[in-house]
Amino acid sequence: MPDSTTSRVSLTLASSIESVDAVERTAEDFALRAGFDPVTVPNIVMAVREGAINAVLHGNAYDPSKSILVTFETSSDGLTIRICDQGAGFDSSCLPDPLAPQNLLRGSGRGIFLIRAFMDEVHFRQLHPGTELTLIKHRAPANPVA
Amino acid sequence: MSMKVAIRQVDGVTILDLSGRITLGEGSITLRDSVRDVLAKGSKKILLNLGQITYIDSSGIGELVSAFTSVKNAGGELKLLNLTQKVHDLLQITKLYTVFDVWDNEASAITAFA
Repeated sequence: MPDSTTSRVSLTLASSIESVDAVERTAEDFALRAGFDPVTVPNIVMAVREGAINAVLHGNAYDPSKSILVTFETSSDGLTIRICDQGAGFDSSCLPDPLAPQNLLRGSGRGIFLIRAFMDEVHFRQLHPGTELTLIKHRAPANPVA
Repeated sequence: MSMKVAIRQVDGVTILDLSGRITLGEGSITLRDSVRDVLAKGSKKILLNLGQITYIDSSGIGELVSAFTSVKNAGGELKLLNLTQKVHDLLQITKLYTVFDVWDNEASAITAFA
């Protein structure tokens, strides 16, 4: 039975791969408890993991003096995840298209593309310093009663 | 679970049986080092068996692409075997499915090497 009541948890974590793994586990827990289906849950988890990787790797650059703040919130509308880093920030409109022929064989640059592919809404906000990434997955509308 | 690699030779083809997760950090590094090692030992026909890969992230996908280009630049050939549905879907949406030569039968994949 999906848990449709609002619940919220915030994690402040070090800029490390272990933190990325912790965020991934929490994302899976929240997505399951929010009642998302077995196909959607791994997609949400992957999007959140990619967001955490960006925060740790590209945002904070593994700087031990910087942390990431991750907030998970479930509500009747769905699941919202906010990931904040303390890095220099970036312009999300300037990201190269990983599907362009000249980028297809690049060894990186697919994280935000995958996030956008798997979530319903993706928003970036510059924090000066840092970046806040907001990921939203809406609950599928209930089947109408015949 | 980190990634593990078992290497075997079949009819002149080096097969890397990968299991676990290909993700940022250990998994991606293990894949990179394994491909580099077999290339250094002279293998030119490399088959990556992904049947036991439980998870791959964007770093893992990037590492597969890097392995593909490294082998190609060394004059070799790299093919993929036994994609899980998830890896298949990820390669489809990233348009990489047509870049890689993908097989679901080991014998056929081995025969397909020039």
